[in-house]
Amino acid sequence: MAEVTTEEVKVKEPKEPLFSKKNKKLLTDPLADNNPITIQVLGICSALAITAQLKPSIVMAISVVFVLGIGNVVISLMRNVIPSKIRIIVQLVVVAALVIIVDQVLKAFAYELSKQLSVFIGLIITNCIIMGRFEAFALGNGPWKSFLDGVGNAAGYGLLLIIVAFFRELLGSGTLFGFKVLGDPIEKTGLYAFGYENNGFMVLAPMALITVGIIIWVQRSKNKALIEDH
Amino acid sequence: MSLKNKLHQLKLKYKDKKMAPAFNALHTFLYLPNETTHSGGHVRAADDLKRTMNTVILALVPCLLFGIFNAGYQHYSAINGFPADFSLFEHFINWENFVLGAWTVLPLVIVSYGVGLAVEFLFAVIKGHEVEEGYLVTGMLVPLIVPIDIPLWMLAVAVVFGVVIGKEVFGGTGMNILNPALTIRAFLFFAYPTWMSGDKVWVHEAVERAGTADAISGETILGTLAQSNPVQFSISDMFYGYIPGSVGETSTLLILIGAAILIFTKVASWRIILSGFVGAALMGLLFNGVVDAGWISESSKFYGLMSTPFWQHLIIGSIAFGVVFMATDPVSGSQTNKGKWIYGFLIGFISILIRVFNPAYPEGVFLAILLMNVFAPTIDHYVVQGNIKKRMKRLKLKTA
Repeated sequence: MAEVTTEEVKVKEPKEPLFSKKNKKLLTDPLADNNPITIQVLGICSALAITAQLKPSIVMAISVVFVLGIGNVVISLMRNVIPSKIRIIVQLVVVAALVIIVDQVLKAFAYELSKQLSVFIGLIITNCIIMGRFEAFALGNGPWKSFLDGVGNAAGYGLLLIIVAFFRELLGSGTLFGFKVLGDPIEKTGLYAFGYENNGFMVLAPMALITVGIIIWVQRSKNKALIEDH
Repeated sequence: MSLKNKLHQLKLKYKDKKMAPAFNALHTFLYLPNETTHSGGHVRAADDLKRTMNTVILALVPCLLFGIFNAGYQHYSAINGFPADFSLFEHFINWENFVLGAWTVLPLVIVSYGVGLAVEFLFAVIKGHEVEEGYLVTGMLVPLIVPIDIPLWMLAVAVVFGVVIGKEVFGGTGMNILNPALTIRAFLFFAYPTWMSGDKVWVHEAVERAGTADAISGETILGTLAQSNPVQFSISDMFYGYIPGSVGETSTLLILIGAAILIFTKVASWRIILSGFVGAALMGLLFNGVVDAGWISESSKFYGLMSTPFWQHLIIGSIAFGVVFMATDPVSGSQTNKGKWIYGFLIGFISILIRVFNPAYPEGVFLAILLMNVFAPTIDHYVVQGNIKKRMKRLKLKTA
């Protein structure tokens, strides 16, 4: 770290505690006010594809936290030796390596889930949030900050995934983590005894988009600062 | 004190308060307002938005009344068999049919209006703008385009979805991209397909009776044709509308009367209606041609609908209702005259295309109209651009 730059970073960093206010903000900001999905509108595709149920969403969230956290550190460590012309390729190699690790671990220890998630684990490579954070943050900041930023953004993404999946699984299939919380639709117990029926539309991709839209709506009407002026 | 004055007093009392739009709406809906504007020049015209909406509702009333009688007629005929020598007043317009029909159809109307207007008022109060008239027509259309036995809570959920996501998020009446009534129907169709399609939902009680000794069939003509089975209804039945289907869309005759009212009052565009029918007929002709040329065998699952004469496509299913009442929605449809021709034509064309090739649900009108709603601004854009280009060319010729 000592030979990084001669700029102010070098002077500042030793003074800053690990969880200074600024660093904490890196971690907590993306959870709400700078959420990668609702504010930056990145990573929408996977939010549509795998949020029909909670379990795959949580696995996806953990995978992305791992990939983005480690990836940000790796890129940050290499940031001064990567020629800027080929930086995208280098970034891709890093993500691809990490994603393959995740994929192999899932295949080894949670085969059913990895089958359910199918290509979407592999498609983390193309998740815009990851390349976005590499480009926007890791290439210009130290490894600790990059780590916090990566974990924070991935957690913000994961949080949204879990919220969307909660509503989609509850209203679409009447279950949570596969448990029939609303009763049994075939034997007509619980809510189903009163004529309730699962909303098949919630399982389809368009409703994921609309759910994300409603979350954005609620968030912006709560926090007026997020509304853009025209 | 008369109701009008009471409303006026309430309006003054709540002026600049949150509830003001609600009283304003009630007042101006029932009466002329007490106050007049004091400045500026004004055009005095009767065709305000409320008048337009009421005209459409008026044109829909025959379909609703027919739907009420038809609900009873279909139900009793499915149980007792269809009358051999049908007479209008003996078998159709009778007390029994009316009671059953009113008992099943009016709750749909009440839920549709109640829930929809509640959402509209809520949004007006929260946003602090006036209550808009947009829901008056939507609320009437919705009960006419759903199956008779749809559970009321499903309808309520769909209406909330349709009004909020289909209209209010875009900024309310006049800003919506999609037709709200069709958004509601599409939501119901994708959310609760067992209640919106199949051979049981179109006749009252057919679902409950399924599997018992009293089982009755509720198959629509399109459903029968999609399975290449023989149709038991005559051509005149199809035209007058004594057939199973969604509540208010079966009678082509009454829809044409509604169309006449709308065209005469210039509320709906005759271009869209005409080109819609032409498009549907042309697609039907195309399919007939394929059958005549022998390119498709009788064992094909599309044979039944493809070999249906093209003019029959216009009187079965809900194509007539969709083209006359839904496609002509001035907000979500095309605005330019040339655009209207293209827009209407493609609605008819795609409707029959979906009708024939959709294996899950032999009716495509609502999907076709929603699709063209999305494309309407694009069509308008190119029509306008084309016009600009033409004029530029003329200008160049003149100046050159």
